Amino acid sequence: MILSDEDWVALAISLKVAVVASAASLPFGIAVAWLLARKSFPGKSVLNGLVHLPLILPPVVTGYILLILFGRKGVIGSVLDQVFGIVLSFRWTGAALAAAVMGFPLMVRAIRLSIESLDRGLESAASTLGASRFDVFRTVTLPLIMPGIITGTILAFAKAMGEFGATITFVSAIPGETKTLAAAIYGYTQVPGGDAGAMRLTLISVVVSLAALLASELLARRVQVRTEGRDA
Amino acid sequence: MLEIDIRHRQGDFRIESAFTTGEGLTALVGPSGSGKTTLANIAAGLTRPEAGHITFSGETWFDSERNIFLSADRRRIGYVFQEGRLFPHMTVRQNLHYARHFRPTRTDEAADARLIDLLGIGHLLDRRPAGLSGGEKSRVAIGRALFSAPALLIMDEPLSALDPARKAEILPHLEYVRDETGIPILYVSHAMEEVARLANRVVSISGGRVVAEGEPGAVLGGARPMPDDMEPATFISARISHHLEGEGLTVANSRAGTLYLRRGAAEPGDWVRVFIAAQDIILGIGEPGNLSALNRLEGSVSSVTERAGSIWVTVDCSGEVVLAQVTRHSAARMRLTKGQPVSLLFKSVSIDTQGLFRRHEARP
Repeated sequence: MILSDEDWVALAISLKVAVVASAASLPFGIAVAWLLARKSFPGKSVLNGLVHLPLILPPVVTGYILLILFGRKGVIGSVLDQVFGIVLSFRWTGAALAAAVMGFPLMVRAIRLSIESLDRGLESAASTLGASRFDVFRTVTLPLIMPGIITGTILAFAKAMGEFGATITFVSAIPGETKTLAAAIYGYTQVPGGDAGAMRLTLISVVVSLAALLASELLARRVQVRTEGRDA
Repeated sequence: MLEIDIRHRQGDFRIESAFTTGEGLTALVGPSGSGKTTLANIAAGLTRPEAGHITFSGETWFDSERNIFLSADRRRIGYVFQEGRLFPHMTVRQNLHYARHFRPTRTDEAADARLIDLLGIGHLLDRRPAGLSGGEKSRVAIGRALFSAPALLIMDEPLSALDPARKAEILPHLEYVRDETGIPILYVSHAMEEVARLANRVVSISGGRVVAEGEPGAVLGGARPMPDDMEPATFISARISHHLEGEGLTVANSRAGTLYLRRGAAEPGDWVRVFIAAQDIILGIGEPGNLSALNRLEGSVSSVTERAGSIWVTVDCSGEVVLAQVTRHSAARMRLTKGQPVSLLFKSVSIDTQGLFRRHEARP
């Protein structure tokens, strides 16, 4: 199977966007999951709703909201542009932002569930052994919720690989910049004789998604053995 | 020593308790739901009480008026939890050494090895907790608490999850910790035989309040209110004299007189703490004749009180106070009054092996 240069570029952009989106949202995902699982504070249900919003809104709407907020003239976008010189709209970084926002609820949900199912007695035990709150989190909480973190990250990665609606609304599909695999497949279907190209890229995305799933299964199993404490 | 004087509310349940621990092992006893575990958590710094103060050896751990609260990680305690709470993602060795990362102490490899050896966990070091038996987990949990070089050990029913055979296996380790390490222990329990065997001092809790505090004999002897699920009993210190070979009996001498015990692990010269349940004793006036009961102590009645439908009689046997329980009918028929000379009769079997406990120090 021969990929055109353009196909390779689209694949590279998709991988880059998905990796950056899932990696960059991970710290926020853990923090928000922890807040939602452990803390009670005013506005908690508002935060919960905001996090889950991309799951229930049409992706086009999410993309449009991102455009309003993070576009060059947007409320946040203009500040980023003028103060930090960061432009997101119509850039691959914007595609990463869109993918991260779309995958965020899936990531938070998986991590939150694993935090909620953690035996808090183990954290108390660690503190009686002299570990500060940060040390408890680092040496007990984090390793024990690792299966949830892996699941959440892979879900977010898979969502980012397949993201289409919000991305194309926010950053369009500029070849070499924001034209991801999904956008390229859509592009092929819109031109006469594009079927072969669409099929090639479809196979590619199936392979990438399966590989990600397989990798996460293997990783999760290894971590599971460790956290459940069976003798390996 | 640990001094606690706190008020705390948990839902509708109020705890208002003040007590101090002594040297050795202080047992916190009481029925379930009496607030024992909450008090242990308050002592450990895992629960912050509403008001009051806690000091340990002159160091303030909590003072609501001065707004001082030392969190658990800064109190230098070792806590052995009911369920062990070993870290599942670490090996036994990593569990044991966990505290070393945060409380750097001078590592004494020989002492470490001795402790591992005494607890019999040397062959488990590279295993993970999930693969351990209940007794093994308990020993590792005790080891982990001791490895953190605590100034105070808190144990919350560390044996309650174990069957009698495993309990018997762990008890000598607890005695070792109490006697050899010199670390004061706050021991939460509602098992009479553990408390009888281990405690130097007993604090009895009911409904979040301290109802009795002091020597085990005085607190558990029923002189004051007892936890509902504990039977009043008497403890007599005795020294093993000799075994009656072929009869399965052991003769011991106590202040109250000679005692015949069912033969146990103790050897001649050992001090034991004999445990006699109040309901196992028969009172007699005058010469009781030829009876099968082997044990017979003489004394005089020092008090007769009525509580919960029974008559409780304390008898002074040459300075050793023994508690007996009789029916109201018997008490009236015998006309028991203060100063009345009586005999106390009980079978050797009524001193069961569970009640035969080694004392931690020889009596002068």
